[in-house]
Amino acid sequence: MCLAIPGRVVEVYEEAGLPMGRLDYGGVIHQACLAYLPEIKVGDYAIVHAGFAISILNEEEAQKSFEIWAEMISKADEAGIPLTGESQPAIEPSE
Amino acid sequence: MKYLEEFRDPDVARLYLEQIEAAVTRPWKIMEVCGGQTHAIMQYGIQELIPDMITLLHGPGCPVCVTPLEQIDKAIAIAGQPGVIFASFGDMLRVPGSEKDLFAVKAEGGDVRVVYSPLDAVRLAADNPDREVVFFAIGFETTAPANAMAVKQAAALGLTNFSEIVSHVLVPPALEVILASPENQVQGFLAAGHVCTVMGYHEYEPIAARYSVPIVVTGFEPLDILEGILLAIRQLEEGRHEVENQYRRSVRRTGNEPAQAMIGEVYRVVPRQWRGIGEIPDSGLGLQPAYAAYDAETRFKVDTIRTREPEVCISGEVLQGWKKPPDCPAFGGDCTPETPLGATMVSAEGACAAYYRYQGMPT
Repeated sequence: MCLAIPGRVVEVYEEAGLPMGRLDYGGVIHQACLAYLPEIKVGDYAIVHAGFAISILNEEEAQKSFEIWAEMISKADEAGIPLTGESQPAIEPSE
Repeated sequence: MKYLEEFRDPDVARLYLEQIEAAVTRPWKIMEVCGGQTHAIMQYGIQELIPDMITLLHGPGCPVCVTPLEQIDKAIAIAGQPGVIFASFGDMLRVPGSEKDLFAVKAEGGDVRVVYSPLDAVRLAADNPDREVVFFAIGFETTAPANAMAVKQAAALGLTNFSEIVSHVLVPPALEVILASPENQVQGFLAAGHVCTVMGYHEYEPIAARYSVPIVVTGFEPLDILEGILLAIRQLEEGRHEVENQYRRSVRRTGNEPAQAMIGEVYRVVPRQWRGIGEIPDSGLGLQPAYAAYDAETRFKVDTIRTREPEVCISGEVLQGWKKPPDCPAFGGDCTPETPLGATMVSAEGACAAYYRYQGMPT
C-alpha cells in the first residue's frame, strides 16, 4: 500500500490550480501532483505514492551507497571472495 | 529503471549477508513494520538467506489489513446506495466485510470505481455534479497527504458532492502497543521508509529511548532491507538503541513539512480501531471540524452495523509478532487469499498472504 517508486520529472504544469508533473518511469509516463515539493524541477527524480510526489530522490545519497558498494565489491575481489554476479544471483525475485 | 535496479544487485546482497553473519552472535527478533517490506522479504527469500539466529517478525503495517471491519461494512453500505459513485484504491475491493466485499457491491450493480490517486475521485465529483462521490480514505501517514489534498481540492473547487470515509492509521502508536505488551518479542524495528519520508523520524526517537529498542528507517528493495537488518543487528550486538536512517535517498529527519502541514489542516488525531488488534488511542486520523462537511459517515445515514469476525483467525497475534502465519490452523485451508478469513490474508501485503504466495502451503 505504501509502495512508492522513483520517476524522473519531464514536465511541470498546472491543473485545477494544483502544480502537477509528468514523470518518466523507465519509459512509462504518469502524472503526479507536485504540491508537496515546491522546489522540484524538471530532471529531478521524485518518489511518488498515490499520485503525489512525496520526496525528491537525493541523488547524492544514492551515489554514496553506490560508492560504498563498489568498494565492498573491489575488496571482496581482492580477498578472492567469489561473487556470483548475474549468472548465479544470490537473490532473485521468485517471479 | 534508474534508482531501482541498483538496489537489487546480487553481489552486494551477498556481501551484506556476509557482514550480517559476521555481526550476529546471539538470537535476535526484528520486526519489519511495513507490509511492502514483508512482501519484499518473502518475494526475495530474505528470511531464508539471513542467519537462523535472526527471526523476522511481520508488523501491522498493512493499512488495508488493519482497516476495521466496521469501516468496511460502512463502505459497503454506502457504496450500494443509489446515486453514489464509490471510489477506492484497488486493494480495498476484495477485503471481506461481515457479509460481502466491495466487488460484490459492484457485481450487484453498485457504481464502485478504482482510482489511483484521490484526485481522480475529486475529478469524478466535478464531472458528475448530480451524483455523490464517496472516497474510501485509508492508509498510513504515507497516503494521508494525498487523501487530505482531495478534501482541500474539493473545497477549493466548491464541490458539495464529494466526501470521504476516513479510516487513517498512524504507525508510532501501534509500535508502542507492541512494545508495551507483556508478550512483546520485538527487539528491533525496521521502520517504514515511506511513512518516514512524509513524517520524518524524530517521533521515533522517544520510542527507541523509552523501550531501549533500535529503530532503523528502511527502504523496500532487497539491498535496503539487508542493510537495515545489518544496522539493527549491529546496534543490538553493541547494546545501542538509536534511530538510524538506512533510506537516506528519500528520508530526512524532519520529513516532508508541506505534506505534514496539509495533514494537520484537514485531519486531526483520533482513537482508531485496528482490525485484529483493537482500539489504540490517538492512532488514527479523522476530519478536522472545519472539514466535517466532507465526512461521508455523517452525510450518509448508515444503520448500526453489527460486525462478525471469524473466531479461528489469529491475525491479531500475527500482527504483533507473537505468531507466524503457518501457526494458524486455518492458514492455507479455510483461509486463502481467495477466501480470506482475517486481516493478514486480505491484502497482498498482509503477512499471511505473502507467506501463502511465496512460501506455498505448509508442509
